Amino acid sequence: MSSKRPNQLFRNMPAKVAAIPMVVTALFIFVGGTAWTVVYSFTKSGLLPRLKWVGLDQYERLWGTNRWLVSIENLAIYGICMLVLVFVIGFILAALIDQKIRFENTIRTVILYPYALSFVVTGLVWQWILNPEFGVQGIVRDLGWQSFTFNPLYSPQIAIFGVLIAGLWQGSGLVMVLMLAGLRGIDQEVWKAARVDGIPTWKTYIFIVIPMMRPVFITTLVLVVTGIVKIYDLIVAQTGGGPGIATEVPAKYVYDMMFQAANLGQGFAASTMMLVTVALIIIPWAMLEFGGKRRV
Amino acid sequence: MTFSVEIKNLDLHFGNVAVLQQLNLDIHEGEFLVLLGSSGCGKSTLLNCIAGLLEVTDGQIFIGGENVTWAEPSERGIDMVFQSYALYPQMTVEGNLTFGLKNAGLPKIEIAERVKRAAGILQIEPLLKRKPAALSGGQRQRVAIGRALVRDVDVFLFDEPLSNLDAKLRADLRVEIKKLHGQLNNTMIYVTHDQIEAMTLADRIAIMKGGKIMQLASPHEIYNRPRNLYVADFIGSPSMNFLNGEISGGNFMVGKLTIPLDGYEFAKGSRQEGKAIIGLRPEHIVTGDNLASAAMRTKVTVELVEPMGSDTLIYATLAGTFIHVRMDGQVQAASGDEIEIGFLPDRASLFDPVSEERL
Repeated sequence: MSSKRPNQLFRNMPAKVAAIPMVVTALFIFVGGTAWTVVYSFTKSGLLPRLKWVGLDQYERLWGTNRWLVSIENLAIYGICMLVLVFVIGFILAALIDQKIRFENTIRTVILYPYALSFVVTGLVWQWILNPEFGVQGIVRDLGWQSFTFNPLYSPQIAIFGVLIAGLWQGSGLVMVLMLAGLRGIDQEVWKAARVDGIPTWKTYIFIVIPMMRPVFITTLVLVVTGIVKIYDLIVAQTGGGPGIATEVPAKYVYDMMFQAANLGQGFAASTMMLVTVALIIIPWAMLEFGGKRRV
Repeated sequence: MTFSVEIKNLDLHFGNVAVLQQLNLDIHEGEFLVLLGSSGCGKSTLLNCIAGLLEVTDGQIFIGGENVTWAEPSERGIDMVFQSYALYPQMTVEGNLTFGLKNAGLPKIEIAERVKRAAGILQIEPLLKRKPAALSGGQRQRVAIGRALVRDVDVFLFDEPLSNLDAKLRADLRVEIKKLHGQLNNTMIYVTHDQIEAMTLADRIAIMKGGKIMQLASPHEIYNRPRNLYVADFIGSPSMNFLNGEISGGNFMVGKLTIPLDGYEFAKGSRQEGKAIIGLRPEHIVTGDNLASAAMRTKVTVELVEPMGSDTLIYATLAGTFIHVRMDGQVQAASGDEIEIGFLPDRASLFDPVSEERL
């Protein structure tokens, strides 16, 4: 045995070696790619990237484009509604399933199943369901209610809510499963103690159980929010952004600019704006959550 | 005589399984009753029924003279302390103590007074602003007891409150619970599987098996006059020695041994005859200086010695049965030694081998 302290570089060597590919990927693809995109968003790149500086022109054009503004608005509506509703629905479903019901496994599987589908499939299915001639409206009218109208995908003002329904249908199951796992992690004796204390069930959920489930909520929040920001395929499959530009979203704007309008600079500017928005939300939250006072 | 808690013909079934069967139990005002039994005997289930956390299948429960069989737990005038403490982790100690009271709409001054009193009794004043995560196991259990104290109830229920603590802390808190009972004089019902806790804390112990109460008596009575073979075997560590034999003409015959039964009080008053099992506690088989008081003596060969400090356990074979004998800790013995042992028949217990009841 050597009495010298071994070189710190060689400690846990296998782990370090194994981490190298991921570190490289993260550095080059994520950090490098992001930096490259930001740099080129200040150029006049068209079909191909060119380092021809135009300053903030791309951003000025971006914020002057109606389609981009509609996209942002849609994302905000979809995002806020999705976030609130998916949590409410998912939690309520989980709380209901947690009542020691029969066929729990079956019900859980049925509700989780949509999550196993691709967004493209979900989009198509809901496009058909919401189709005024063959879908819900058509069926109800065939049953005799001739004046029944339910065709969100064909009215620009509410088309985004048609997409929202599909998104909720697909996403609620996952939230439910995560919440259920969280609920199952709560000590049954806490429930008993609350009952002995005379605290009503809804208060027990809100003041005791949900605060205890904080880690599960954070995990779920991250999954749901990333799903919201990157929403693209559901829109493409269900509405194609229509009617008109009623259901356009930022990710679709970026894609269309870069690969269809041959306007890389504009696409880069839009994706940079998406990055900035996410950062504006994440950074203050992360500082609150992880920074500041260290918890013992 | 009024009872604090009365349980009448209580039945509880889970599907086809009868967990509690026709159970009757009366608990006096201010009594410390311990429900003792091995896992699955129904002791925690019974406590949950008293608390109202489980719906009974049949029977009635009275607390303070009122029929509470279908009342909500919070309306029964009880509070419960749990094994896992069941504190609300996101609230401070004070929050834990006051949450139920605030919810019940008590005035703030009243709440503050109650918290102050409970914190004083349990000496948790310095902890009031901390969260449960920052407390040790013993402190947490104290807070859990505090939560029961502030509710100012008549009956305290304890569900194995010390089982999550280490041995030292368990002994300390055991004493504190006993002191607390002396101070408050509430009725307390305490579930445990630890016979030391049961013996030290209880005014009366109810030993349960298979959803029935096997014996309900004072610790002294249970230890010295177990009503049946199960209780005799369950209580006492190391457990009682049992010898299969026969009673004949006032003597207990086992193998070549004849143990005179002078001084033994038969349960039915008169002397019994026929096959029987004699139960002798390890400390009721005497050695050394105490042999003089023994009604009968014999010699055995020591097979194994377990010195425990305060006393020494000796293992030997007597009349074909492996027995243990508790000797004074100062006695030096080694395996292979031959020692003389004696029996105290007035301390023995006799059981019917078929019904397993005390004779």
